[in-house]
Amino acid sequence: MMRLPWFGFHAPRTVAEAAKILAGEGPQAMLIAGGTDLVPNMKRRHQSPQTLVSLRRVDELKKITNGSGLKLGAGLSLTEVIHSDKVRAGYTGLYQAAAQVATVHLRNMGTLGGNLCLDTRCTYLNQNYEWRKAIDFCMKKDGDICWVATASKRCLAVSSTDTAPALISLGAKVKLVSSQGEREVLLADLYANDGIDYIVRRPDEILTEVSLPDTAGWKSTYWKLRRRGAFDFPVLGVAAAIKFAPDGTVEAARIALGAVSSRPLATKAGDSLIGKKLTDEAIAEAGGKAQNVAKPMDNTDLDIYWRKDVVSSFVGYALRELRGDDMRDTRMRISRQAL
Amino acid sequence: MNAPEKVKPRTRFDTVGKPRRRVDGRAKVTGLTRFADDLVLPRMVHCKLLRSPHPHAVIEAIDFSRAKDFPGVHLVLTGKDFPVSFGILPVTQDEYPLANERVRYVGDPVAAVVAKDEQTADAALGLIEVKYRILNTVSSAEEALANPEPRIHDYGEQGNIHRLQAFEFGDVDEALAKSDHVFEDLFFFEGNTHLPLEQHASVAAPDGEGKLTLWSSTQVPHYIHRALSRALRMPAQHIRVIACPNGGGFGGKCDLHNHEIVVSRASLILGRPVKICLTREEVFYMHRGRHPVLMKMRTGVTNEGKLTGMHLQTLLDGGGYGSYGVASTFYTGALQTVTYELPRYKFDACRTFTNKPACGPKRGHGTPQPRFGQEVQLDKIAEKLGLDPAEMRLNMVAKPDSLTANWLKIGSIGLEECIRQVVDHSDWKKKRAQLPPGRGLGLACGSYLCGAGLPIYWNKMPQSGVQILADRSGQVTVFCGATEIGQGSDDMLAAFVAEVLGIDAFDVRLVTGDTGLTPVDLGSYSSRVTVMMGHAAIQAAERMREMIVDAASMELEVSPERLVMAQGRVFLSEDPSKGMTFAEAVVYAETKYGTLGTVGSYAPPRAPGRFKGAGVGPSPAYSYTAVVVEAEVDQNTGWIHVPRIWVAHDIGRAVNPVLARGQVEGSIYMGLGEALMEEQVFRRLPPKMSHALVHKFPSLLEYKSLTSLDMPEVFTYLVEDPDPNCPFGAKEVGQGPLLPVMPAVANAVYDAVGVRIDEVPITPDKVLRALERKAKGETPRVGPDHFPKVPYPTPIYVTTPWEGGDGNETKPADRKQAVAS
Ligand SMILES: Cc1cc2nc3c(=O)[nH]c(=O)nc-3n(C[C@H](O)[C@H](O)[C@H](O)COP(=O)(O)OP(=O)(O)OC[C@H]3O[C@@H](n4cnc5c(N)ncnc54)[C@H](O)[C@@H]3O)c2cc1C
Ligand code: SF4
Repeated sequence: MMRLPWFGFHAPRTVAEAAKILAGEGPQAMLIAGGTDLVPNMKRRHQSPQTLVSLRRVDELKKITNGSGLKLGAGLSLTEVIHSDKVRAGYTGLYQAAAQVATVHLRNMGTLGGNLCLDTRCTYLNQNYEWRKAIDFCMKKDGDICWVATASKRCLAVSSTDTAPALISLGAKVKLVSSQGEREVLLADLYANDGIDYIVRRPDEILTEVSLPDTAGWKSTYWKLRRRGAFDFPVLGVAAAIKFAPDGTVEAARIALGAVSSRPLATKAGDSLIGKKLTDEAIAEAGGKAQNVAKPMDNTDLDIYWRKDVVSSFVGYALRELRGDDMRDTRMRISRQAL
Repeated sequence: MNAPEKVKPRTRFDTVGKPRRRVDGRAKVTGLTRFADDLVLPRMVHCKLLRSPHPHAVIEAIDFSRAKDFPGVHLVLTGKDFPVSFGILPVTQDEYPLANERVRYVGDPVAAVVAKDEQTADAALGLIEVKYRILNTVSSAEEALANPEPRIHDYGEQGNIHRLQAFEFGDVDEALAKSDHVFEDLFFFEGNTHLPLEQHASVAAPDGEGKLTLWSSTQVPHYIHRALSRALRMPAQHIRVIACPNGGGFGGKCDLHNHEIVVSRASLILGRPVKICLTREEVFYMHRGRHPVLMKMRTGVTNEGKLTGMHLQTLLDGGGYGSYGVASTFYTGALQTVTYELPRYKFDACRTFTNKPACGPKRGHGTPQPRFGQEVQLDKIAEKLGLDPAEMRLNMVAKPDSLTANWLKIGSIGLEECIRQVVDHSDWKKKRAQLPPGRGLGLACGSYLCGAGLPIYWNKMPQSGVQILADRSGQVTVFCGATEIGQGSDDMLAAFVAEVLGIDAFDVRLVTGDTGLTPVDLGSYSSRVTVMMGHAAIQAAERMREMIVDAASMELEVSPERLVMAQGRVFLSEDPSKGMTFAEAVVYAETKYGTLGTVGSYAPPRAPGRFKGAGVGPSPAYSYTAVVVEAEVDQNTGWIHVPRIWVAHDIGRAVNPVLARGQVEGSIYMGLGEALMEEQVFRRLPPKMSHALVHKFPSLLEYKSLTSLDMPEVFTYLVEDPDPNCPFGAKEVGQGPLLPVMPAVANAVYDAVGVRIDEVPITPDKVLRALERKAKGETPRVGPDHFPKVPYPTPIYVTTPWEGGDGNETKPADRKQAVAS
């Protein structure tokens, strides 16, 4: 079995306590929630934090609260998110995204906060130490070159979170708490297009809460492309949320893409829909726009060119579903489950 | 010699044919089964291997002084401690437990550390310094042909060609010249691996008297026993190999593996048990899986769709070592004649060495690749000739009790019935070529061995032996070297004995896969267990039955023929109330005969082929399968969805129908994975910057195989036409059903969207590329576009049975004479 490196362990009971420990330990400490991302990464020596600060016992992170919209604690497991009636009713895209993360077992362990802070991924990186040694390592860990594009100055590892694109399309904000205080940022602004510094969260900050605006008049959806019906990270995520006028005219539209960049990509593809009805032409136009900005890299599963070629089709599935088309058969063929 | 005794065929069965819970089922699902990884012995220490980070290099120096002095480390071993090479086939002794001076793939073991625990051993590995001199690498079969230097091995045919083989059965060029049509196609089958859930583990322990016991995840304890004795230079009678129940094998646990030798040696040196558990990455490096094979197939047919002759050429990428590769190479051609009538056949094969983990036997061993090619080609032929692919196949199914062009003896054939079953149930006649665009049906067939006719080392002894002990308590203990790898070997053994002795299968105690206690059985490979072990078990059980019935008949004062053994009793057939319990009968038998023990054994009949190379292909019987796959293919994305599969398998007789169906469905699972996604592929980095040649994704997450959500609905039909050469008529079911799946998927994709993907895996990007070609008016196909020049030798020419052959090679001079006369 692959073994973990040694580490110290804290299990605080409150956010304040956790923040204090983080501040005291400095950047060599890391938060651990479900551990479904961090533990495999530690086994592969991507990270070797000296101290882990566990959030599992922090009950205040496991709440779902109503307001003008909905507030979700970062410590909720993805299973809890999926089973929330409020999420299912008002935030379909989030439900569909969370329901397609990994597998049942991993969703039982993995949390919403962990999913939003998920490390970026790359098939040259997500290998054990010996394998990485055989390619003489890479820029993201232990080396100095990017094997995906050897001329690249930055790491091109892929943002692989499913819930982030869905939440971005829903206009979510997140709260970051440290011993110094707290701040709220638009989720779309939490990320940077860099495989190494992919998140603007400071090491001493804890993501505590996701707040979602009221969704009256909005409809949302999430379509995930991956090889298999379970287990796999996305190689393309399409999240779309649209506000319709009573006659079906689009009043606002947000389309975000996952897994085609080092951050979840908030696109402008939705803008072209505003003031129109979701006709086949309008859908094709938005699909084409989204496809243009998608930049898949050759560091995930499946063929790189093909992954770009199908973006427009997937955007089409999402928009047609929002238009009211019956997409259940297509969904079953792509996702191999009803959602 | 070991021919099964003449026993009157049974007409009614109590155990055989009844769907039963398998005898080892509960222990498995409740976690009580002890796999090798579960073993813990007093004073046990742990081993880890240091593996090469280079695909091809010479080891110049190893400094392990820091590792040796690391607290908790007991022993460090390197290639110097293992001067003797090994290999599973006697002709390819080309591996070293730890590399002696050369490493041949990333992952080749270089040094071993034994320490108080795994973590310590792992840490100490990092302290070993190895100085390598890098050599150029070969990454594919074609590169191996193009680059004879540097040679990966200093043996073989030439350069980096490991093995060349060529056979011709009847004049194929002549047959093709006379054919109404000749079809020529190129196909490629990518390599893939076994992916057993259980990772290999072994524990070796000395007994203090110079003897050694090795518990291991292995399918072939007997072969391991022999090879280990040679590798350790230790007499076989001092070594005992115990095959633990395997959590899946599929051919990946058929070699003697480096780690098995290393822990054996370490335990002898240290005088304490040494354990090793491979990580998932290491299992990918052990590999021995499906060879990548490039194929060229020239096939002649008549206007009516009858085959006239076939010329098959194969090129195999063997990886860094021999393994079973010589046999795999034969198998890319040997069974091509068993499914359909084929009057003439020519077969050239070439296996190359490359700097990758060694390929070897995986479920179907060598035959799925040419089966894929032939079944896809038949689909093309049917279309060209305007025939229904099912009808065309029905018209050319091989004949029962016949010989093939390459001198294989076929017994029963249930293929026609298999084809009819899947055609009827899938509504083929109404649906093929008639479903709306994007949906289609594809059909393919196959056949497979029920046990390889010859063992891997030459001998005439039995290939399976069974010993039965019964005593006054009524208990029956059965000893057999056969090995449980999840397929149900133990259940078969219990079932055969229980049937003959009229007792419950759960009342039979089994001791299996232990070279120290059990009679030799060659192991779980080539689908041989049910047939060979079955014969041996029935023979031993009949002998036991005879003694028990004899003693009981004296007690009951009736003639033995009038007694029946069933339901745990021995009783009079015409008056079941007159009789006694099984245990009582055993008491009388033990009283009469003394301690009760019987043995049974089996060796397959001698095959009719006499030419050099005739040893690969013969089998006591062949199983047959037909599959129809339904596919839905998206025209815009190439995305493939398989909602339903119909499969009919000619099993002769299903001993335990539950297990039989499980094997069929497991084959569909594995076959569909191979068809759509599984690939053991490697990655080079820009050559100017790096010499790396690494496995692309040695992990369960990124090596893609189906999840349960990806399984289609499977409709399984067992065709039972008992084969007289098989125990109670039962043929194999472990491998055959896999073979038609991949070509049936390819044919279904064609029926759905009209594009040919002449290679596996069939992925959506390939389908989309072919669809784009179709839209542009180009050939709607993705597949290999050329076949390199291979220096195949002049073939061994053998005259076919129907052209006056006698099974021997016909020398060129005799051939000329025959033609002249
Ligand atoms: C086989 C496999 C398949 C997977 N498939 C998918 C998939 O399809 N889609 C997908 O999105 N993910 C997938 N994952 C990744 C992972 O399971 C999920 O993203 C999960 O939601 C992560 O949550 P966690 O609580 O386990 O995170 P952890 O592993 O505990 O943490 C992940 C990272 O976030 C940080 N972190 C955690 N919580 C906080 C917080 N509150 N504030 C600040 N930082 C925090 C940690 O320090 C760490 O860097 C997969 C994982 C595996 C092993
Ligand atoms: S994108 Fe480049 S630098 Fe980043 S992880 Fe992959 S190979 Fe390494």
